[in-house]
Amino acid sequence: MGVEIKVEHLTKSFGKQLIWGDVTLTIPAGEICVMLGPSGTGKSVFLKTLIGLLKPDRGSVIIEGTDIASCPERELYEIRKLFGVLFQDGAMFGSMNLYDNIAFPLREHTKKSESEVRDVVMEKLDLVGLLGTEDKLPGEISGGMRKRAGLARALVLDPEIVLFDEPDSGLDPVRTSFLNQLIVDLNAQIDATFLIVTHDINTARTVPDNIGLLYHKHLAMFGPREMLLSSEEPVVRQFLNAQKVGPIGMSEEKDADELAAESDQELPALPPIPMQLEPSNGIPRRSQREPGAWCRDNGVTPPPGSFDDNMSMTTGA
Amino acid sequence: MSSLTSARFLKPVGAAGTLFAFALDVGRALFRRPFQTREFIQQAWFVASVTIVPTALVAIPFGAVIALQVGGLIRQFGAQSFTGSASVLAVVQQAAPIATALLIAGAGGSAIAADLGARKIREELDAMMVLGIDPIQRLVVPRVLGCMLVAVFLNGMVSVVGVAGGYVFNVGLQGGTPGAYIASFTALAQLPDLWVGLVKALIFGLIAAIVAAYKGINAGGGPKGVGDAVNESVVITFVLLFIVNFIISAIYLQVIPPKTG
Repeated sequence: MGVEIKVEHLTKSFGKQLIWGDVTLTIPAGEICVMLGPSGTGKSVFLKTLIGLLKPDRGSVIIEGTDIASCPERELYEIRKLFGVLFQDGAMFGSMNLYDNIAFPLREHTKKSESEVRDVVMEKLDLVGLLGTEDKLPGEISGGMRKRAGLARALVLDPEIVLFDEPDSGLDPVRTSFLNQLIVDLNAQIDATFLIVTHDINTARTVPDNIGLLYHKHLAMFGPREMLLSSEEPVVRQFLNAQKVGPIGMSEEKDADELAAESDQELPALPPIPMQLEPSNGIPRRSQREPGAWCRDNGVTPPPGSFDDNMSMTTGA
Repeated sequence: MSSLTSARFLKPVGAAGTLFAFALDVGRALFRRPFQTREFIQQAWFVASVTIVPTALVAIPFGAVIALQVGGLIRQFGAQSFTGSASVLAVVQQAAPIATALLIAGAGGSAIAADLGARKIREELDAMMVLGIDPIQRLVVPRVLGCMLVAVFLNGMVSVVGVAGGYVFNVGLQGGTPGAYIASFTALAQLPDLWVGLVKALIFGLIAAIVAAYKGINAGGGPKGVGDAVNESVVITFVLLFIVNFIISAIYLQVIPPKTG
């Protein structure tokens, strides 16, 4: 079972430049969350702060009663064993082949015999579809394979929390769909808490249970998937539907003139909410909610055509 | 305005402070088990393999120049019989540690900075920390120890090659007698000269490895950042080594009385 991450009043700046301030959210145990945001809003910084690679200026990140932001180094190394992290480029150790890369955490942290290590490594390689490539060096395989190898290494210690730093960057749409399916299947299998940092809207619309949006140095909104997808809030609406009309401009915010020029433009209607991606074996995940449940409970009418199986936005279909 | 100026002046102090703090971290990680024996042997061998040949090539002309210079001067004073002694003194006490330092910093240090810098920008070091492994203990400590070990051996090699080179030039080109050259070895030089040379080499290896690892681990900003880190590490190491060499030599000459023939 996964572990809850409680983030309170987190603030981070580099020098005088504020990255984001006063971010407060709770990532529920065992659920899949996506953190979205325009380029350069510090999504990766947020991720690195969650694992204690970067120290926030203020605020706390509480995991199992330990505050990552202020605990001593020794405790930090202990608590990091709960984490599996998939870095943007996989971050494989260039001097080792894939097998040794994936076996690395096992050899360092467990007293498993070589044959047990071999079993675990082969199982994880199979899971990400990389059997047969274990003798390759990271430099000899494609970016997508490196990413999957990175995922295998992140999973090898059976983590309670798995963080994904842009799992879809640099992948083609088909591979992205496969990876998304893999993420959902994994969640069903290991029940860990997943946090995905991305700016791929398709992933954000179909994969997670919860969505967060970082914008203009703060957390614009965090909540269940259907809440954000049916939201009329301009920033959320603009970003989740990839529109030009709205407060987000090419370089940060739009200025008043641009906004005034747009004021008479009609906002396009909200597109229908797609079905959430289901595990490929058809057995629902523990944290999965019934389609439309949130909308019904909160008296929100979803956009017409929502939760229709034949919708065009559905990935993997 | 005043805060701006003070910030500008205090910046180098801060940089020196973080370098020193890094050195302390390395010192602390030195005693943390398990010791990475394999990495230590690999790194020591690696540093040795990139430094041995260039060091030998530098050592021969170094010894020869000293022999020529000292030999010429000493002849004017009419003390040819002391040429060997002066040459040994200069090579063992000064030239050997300095040549070692230049090569450890230039060849070994730059390789360490480039390696760690590349790992840093590929997020390998972050990945390692996330996997619960301290890169300082795992990567930096073996490199520092390897560098120190190799520096001591290189120092020995430069001493031998330098003195031999001096011998060849003195006997072959300057018409010195072999007997006088070798017999005068111990006339001015003494055993502590050898010790101080070794201690210097050990300290130079330590400084070169620490600076290179610090610069590599703190590299940033893509491939250019790695290049900058390598460049800075070599320059900083050179400056530090020459300063430290001066300080150790000054202390040594005060503490150990020169041998009177």
